[in-house]
Amino acid sequence: MTAVAEAGRGRSSSGAAARGWGRLRQGRALPVLVVLGAIMVLWYLAALWLNAPRTIEQFQREDRADYSIGELAAAAWSMERPVLPTPGQIAADIWKTTVDTRITSKRSLVYHASVTMSSTLVGFALGTVLGIAIAIGIVHVPTLDRSIMPWVIASQTIPILAIAPMIVVVLGNLGFTGILPKAVISAYLSFFPVTIGMVKGLRSPDPLQLDLMRTYSASRTQIFSKLRWPASLGFLFPSLKIGIALALVGAIVGELPTGAQAGIGARLLTGSYYGQMVPMWSALVVSGLLAMICIFAVSAVERAVALARGGRA
Amino acid sequence: MTMIAAGDGTAAGAAAARREAPEGHSRSAARPAVVEAKGLSLVFQTADAPVRALDNIDLIIERGEFVSLIGPSGCGKTTLMRVIADLEQPTEGSIRINGSTPEQARLARSYGYVFQAPALYPWRNVERNVQLPLEVMGMSKEERTARSDRALETVGLSGFKKKFPWQLSGGMQQRVSIARAMSFEPDLLLMDEPFGALDEITRDNLNVHLLDLWNRTNLTVVFVTHSIPEAVFLSSRIVVMSPRPGRIVEVIDSDLPRGRDLDIRETPAFLEVAHRVRVALREGHSYD
Repeated sequence: MTAVAEAGRGRSSSGAAARGWGRLRQGRALPVLVVLGAIMVLWYLAALWLNAPRTIEQFQREDRADYSIGELAAAAWSMERPVLPTPGQIAADIWKTTVDTRITSKRSLVYHASVTMSSTLVGFALGTVLGIAIAIGIVHVPTLDRSIMPWVIASQTIPILAIAPMIVVVLGNLGFTGILPKAVISAYLSFFPVTIGMVKGLRSPDPLQLDLMRTYSASRTQIFSKLRWPASLGFLFPSLKIGIALALVGAIVGELPTGAQAGIGARLLTGSYYGQMVPMWSALVVSGLLAMICIFAVSAVERAVALARGGRA
Repeated sequence: MTMIAAGDGTAAGAAAARREAPEGHSRSAARPAVVEAKGLSLVFQTADAPVRALDNIDLIIERGEFVSLIGPSGCGKTTLMRVIADLEQPTEGSIRINGSTPEQARLARSYGYVFQAPALYPWRNVERNVQLPLEVMGMSKEERTARSDRALETVGLSGFKKKFPWQLSGGMQQRVSIARAMSFEPDLLLMDEPFGALDEITRDNLNVHLLDLWNRTNLTVVFVTHSIPEAVFLSSRIVVMSPRPGRIVEVIDSDLPRGRDLDIRETPAFLEVAHRVRVALREGHSYD
């Protein structure tokens, strides 16, 4: 939060102050790095605290009594199966399973990430189309506003963990396996913010802007294409950012109940079966990175659209 | 060119002010009045009590007139404009626009409406804002460009075609909205306090522009304002309204010459008309 605010202020100020240290202080990088550094320090301390008891046990079994704090820390930070792995261990594991492993291998995180991403993107596309369609219906048909809106909201109160297995089973019975059931779960999560955002966006034109269309005796289709739709785009993109992050969550959750062989969810599941914390953390970090990439991609499209529409950039 | 105006100027009769049509438009005298309202009333149903926004309005506006509706807030002048534009439906009485119903007139796109706020679409540049009605009417790209160029030329904004609304001052934005209302060349321009939010200098400037435009074309203008000098400076006829219920107190014909400049505001003739408007406003506005 602070980092974002800082960065915003940094961009607005200009000129002489933005040099050397001042430039670093006003830029985006420093605040982010400070927070990252603090997290690292706390993480290593937490890893020491959580892993030390088992390391001490290990030392006792080896009849080692004369260890220093430094030796204890070194051992706690490099355990084979730690309670909390260090960032270094996670980074090393990610490196090993991405760069050092062939993409076609079942051990490659790139492979698993691509499996999850493909159902994320399909589900996100489905959810976006569905969300926009529902919003258009709600805005144009008063009956739909009263009848569908409560269901839209109710749909999100059901825990996704409860409904995911049912979707998988039902679709499996209908002969749909592989990417589609997971994509449906992604769509189920991601349509909601799109619907809410688009209902607000399609209703955002002010009365004068609508009266204007009426004085031209514009048709409903024209009012939609020339006023409601363009006015709603400012609301669509924030919804899409939430939607794509939820689609990723949906895809991962969808991989859990199926005993999927591939995907970030499958990696998390096998990790927890065998108590392997390091691969689980790697999968977790990679899914976080994927979410960031997705949101950056949506932001990039948003900026391009805003520029094309004469935004202040 | 002198205008011979002969309205009877009372609330009840409210004046079929027949006047000589400008040269070259002599046929227009035979055509129906641009606006013809008889016994027009409009009651808004609100939560506590019904509000009589318009009460028994009689008004005839002929082709080529510049008619101002003036009165304090809540006197129904905007409502009357909205009835003319078919944006509100009267509850009693009749109204004809060019001899047909307001709805038919709206469907025939026979008027351009300029709102209090510019109401530009922020995602469209100046040129595309002006072309909006032309797009709705399904004109070809060449036709649209030709007409928007012409309309922007008229309001003196030819150099700003590619700018977006946020890059323009308030006065320029309102000029764009006037260009937009004129782009499809309607015979009737409805202007609802178009310069109300602007500073006086910009306002004077736009008034001169508007008057010049009216002089050059055969436009009929209905103009809502609550500035007495603005109404007197612009109008060939001034309709004074009063609130609760919204009704016409008096219709004042201006005998000022058609070609005017800002200096006319210091002449005795101008001050005399302004005085009559002020007296009528005071008459219609009781505070009890």
